Amino acid sequence: MAQVKMTVNGKPASGEVEGRTLLVDFIRDTLGLTGTHVGCDTSQCGACVVHVDGKAVKACSMFAAEAEGTEVTTIEGMAAEDGTMTPVQQAFQEFHGLQCGFCTPGMVMSAEALLKDNPNPTEAEVREYLKGNICRCTGYHNIVKAILAASGQDVSKIAAE
Amino acid sequence: MPKDGGIGASSKRREDVRFLTGAGNYTDDINLRGQAYVYFLRSDVAHGTLNNVDTSAAEGMPGVLKVFTGADFAEVGGIPCGWQVTDRHGQPMQEPPHPVLAQGKVRHVGDPIAAVVAESREQARDAAEAIEVDISDLPAVMDMKEALKEGATKVHDDLTSNLCYDWGFVEENKGAVDEAIKNAAHVTTLELVNNRLVPNAMEPRVAVGDYSRATDDSTLYTTSQNPHVIRLLMGAFVLGIPEHKLRVVAPDVGGGFGSKIYHYAEEAFCTFAAKKLNRPVKWTCSRSEAFISDAHGRDHVTKIELALDADNNFTAVRTETYANMGAYLSTFAPSIPTWLHGTLMAGNYKTPNIYVNVKAVFTNTVPVDAYRGAGRPEATYQLERVIDKAARELGVDPIELRRQNFITEFPYATPVAVEYDTGDYNATMDKLLEIIDKDGFQKRLEESKAKGKLRGLGINCYIEACGIAPSNLVGQLGARAGLYESATVRVNATGGITVMTGSHSHGQGHETSFAQVVADMIGIDESMIEIEHGDTANTPMGMGTYGSRSIAVGGSAMVKATEKIIAKARKIAAHLMEASEADIELKDGQFTVAGTDKSVAWGDVTLAAYVPHNYPLEEIEPGLEETAFYDPANFTYPSGAYACEVEVDPETGKVTIERFAAADDFGNVINPMIVSGQVHGGLAQGIGQALLEQTSYDADGQLLSASYMDYAMPRADDVPFYNVDHSCQTPCTHNPLGVKGCGEAGAIGSPPSVVNAVVDALQRAGHDVTHIDMPLTPSRVWAAMQG
Repeated sequence: MAQVKMTVNGKPASGEVEGRTLLVDFIRDTLGLTGTHVGCDTSQCGACVVHVDGKAVKACSMFAAEAEGTEVTTIEGMAAEDGTMTPVQQAFQEFHGLQCGFCTPGMVMSAEALLKDNPNPTEAEVREYLKGNICRCTGYHNIVKAILAASGQDVSKIAAE
Repeated sequence: MPKDGGIGASSKRREDVRFLTGAGNYTDDINLRGQAYVYFLRSDVAHGTLNNVDTSAAEGMPGVLKVFTGADFAEVGGIPCGWQVTDRHGQPMQEPPHPVLAQGKVRHVGDPIAAVVAESREQARDAAEAIEVDISDLPAVMDMKEALKEGATKVHDDLTSNLCYDWGFVEENKGAVDEAIKNAAHVTTLELVNNRLVPNAMEPRVAVGDYSRATDDSTLYTTSQNPHVIRLLMGAFVLGIPEHKLRVVAPDVGGGFGSKIYHYAEEAFCTFAAKKLNRPVKWTCSRSEAFISDAHGRDHVTKIELALDADNNFTAVRTETYANMGAYLSTFAPSIPTWLHGTLMAGNYKTPNIYVNVKAVFTNTVPVDAYRGAGRPEATYQLERVIDKAARELGVDPIELRRQNFITEFPYATPVAVEYDTGDYNATMDKLLEIIDKDGFQKRLEESKAKGKLRGLGINCYIEACGIAPSNLVGQLGARAGLYESATVRVNATGGITVMTGSHSHGQGHETSFAQVVADMIGIDESMIEIEHGDTANTPMGMGTYGSRSIAVGGSAMVKATEKIIAKARKIAAHLMEASEADIELKDGQFTVAGTDKSVAWGDVTLAAYVPHNYPLEEIEPGLEETAFYDPANFTYPSGAYACEVEVDPETGKVTIERFAAADDFGNVINPMIVSGQVHGGLAQGIGQALLEQTSYDADGQLLSASYMDYAMPRADDVPFYNVDHSCQTPCTHNPLGVKGCGEAGAIGSPPSVVNAVVDALQRAGHDVTHIDMPLTPSRVWAAMQG
């Protein structure tokens, strides 16, 4: 067992971990931040995406010990103190970009990272970027639409609701 | 103009804030004090005799509380099947036992052999590696037709063969159908495979069992679409716990698509072990484990024949299907290839003679049960593919051939025992051709050609039977349950309303759309209504959510209960205004007396019900809470027309979906935004089936596609923006909301559109290709082009 320390959602966080403990398990089990989800065991589904030092990372693809000294942001750390959601979160609600909600935290964290790197993506760029996030409910239509809308683009011409 | 609230409004979902901020409460987020963890040791061979399971080394491993094997479950029941099909000869299906943990034999890769309960997940997993299992391998039964041959290895030694049932429908019609085919001017025949799929809800299954020695109460938290059904099946048939001592909670559930309907062994195990050990016991399924333990879907091998007369009128349909049941009968498995498949073989067409034969077969594979659409996609796919093939053989327009044979008068009794109440198939076809811009196809074809690509357009129709189901009817068909739904409407003293429904939402947005209905009926703001679901302790006995039934059946129960509330509230209002009840009107949350300016607000009436100082106590009881159970009079029949445009790369065979349009008739629509979202999701699953998803077993029964590295889930760049429309509305005539249900349509209607489109593209390019089996991977398409 080893002691790890990091900053999670702006606050110091620490705990005892085994060498094999994944960052996602540390976040969920030790810190009790259950908004980050586990949807697979091959680092394919993206339900566990968090930000580590500002970059989108699948939290199942690194050990908790590797996150020593980093700044981690999870879905719980996105909305403002008063509960105001980010433009991406708001767009997901506005354009019905979620159904069961299970892939949603990872989708939002990926979308936030995409728009930070590429503030004005094309539809193709959004779809390409989301290859690492699987959603079984929405057919991606409204997720892509929400992300384009969050980037400030006019989505009124995109077919149907 | 879009409405800003109530029925027909695209109200934003109230569920979303908790899901978007990480505040959802899924089963794996539940951790109980003193909780232990279970790890299941599963068979890594498809078929074998279980000689010995030596758990002694594992028992001594750190943190281990107990190791369970099949012997520990000798005194409890097996996992029950909820539907008994009767075969062509009037005999019941063969129904093998399904133990919680394997006894005597293992029958598929993933069959649980032993379960280790330990202080931590890791300790349980480590200890499972120390269990020594002695299995003598037996030949794996994999091919359905081989499985039925004389002398074939049997999956279940106590059954007479691997045949679960040989079902004929309608058996009395068989002679007339054979005659019609013999006398037809033209018969088109098509053999096809409806590929096995893994449902893959993004949330893997989880179960947490809990037990109180103080009260002898058991509680199960589980990822279920129907907690009351699990309570009944597990309590009555497996563990012998009466309902009043057993609570089942399905909190936020991350998608289901059918796979979370069934009662699974892991649920019974956690409930059982929690009592044995007097500790909460938690199981979290990994994705790899889900592939070999969640019920799969589809897996039909079919031959269909379509007979036409000299004027191209359909005269008969005859089909023969081999349906894979897997190693055991999952909860609703026998009903899927029969009553949810054979009854839909009329499709949208007035074919007078139809005969459906289905042979259900046991194999050494994961059990197969309902997956989004469940039987109806299989019916739609074969019918809409064979019609396209017939049009090509006859040299007629596939759209016109369909139109010529459309049912146009309703109600319409099909020769396969169902009666469609409403529909307008020409209207949805007209709408489809408009939104796919069929007139522009030729131009787009030329553009594709200029890029060196092939282009094709595929069009088809579908019909489904939803809103399941009339209990007396399904009882006659072998269902061991009723299929009504329930709702309790509890009006609180200050006017807010809590609705407790037996339906369950796992992505469908019931908390929003159900509230819209009640708000609309009373004329109050949606924010005054809360929808509770998922906990057997506070909801009336209901059958849950599947088969696109929630708004049609659950919504109807809620309407009935709300009608009772309004009737009582009118009596109270009449008393408060000293008026005759007959003169009371309710509008916008205000009770008025017709022809006067007297009024009382909703909140005044609700307060009077709970503070009955001025109240007709001699006539009615205080309080304002009503329950209704609704049993539908018929199925509902959503229908529509779908179109897909593809590009095919002639160099590689890769198919790209360029356009997809869906024109659905769902009857009345409560929340258009949510309905469109439901269609989008179904389309992606149907496109996934058509192009990407393949569940591959090798000859030894090893599942080759058992992770997201191997099973091709549709991703964002595999699908286009869809054009969906539900403005064609022929309301259902037999439920109070006039709704039909929308959850499965997308997955039912879309596979034939994709395959029709690819065949069309290849034909236009001069390839004599009439069929390719799904999924249409680049290698299959390329091989087809090589002839």
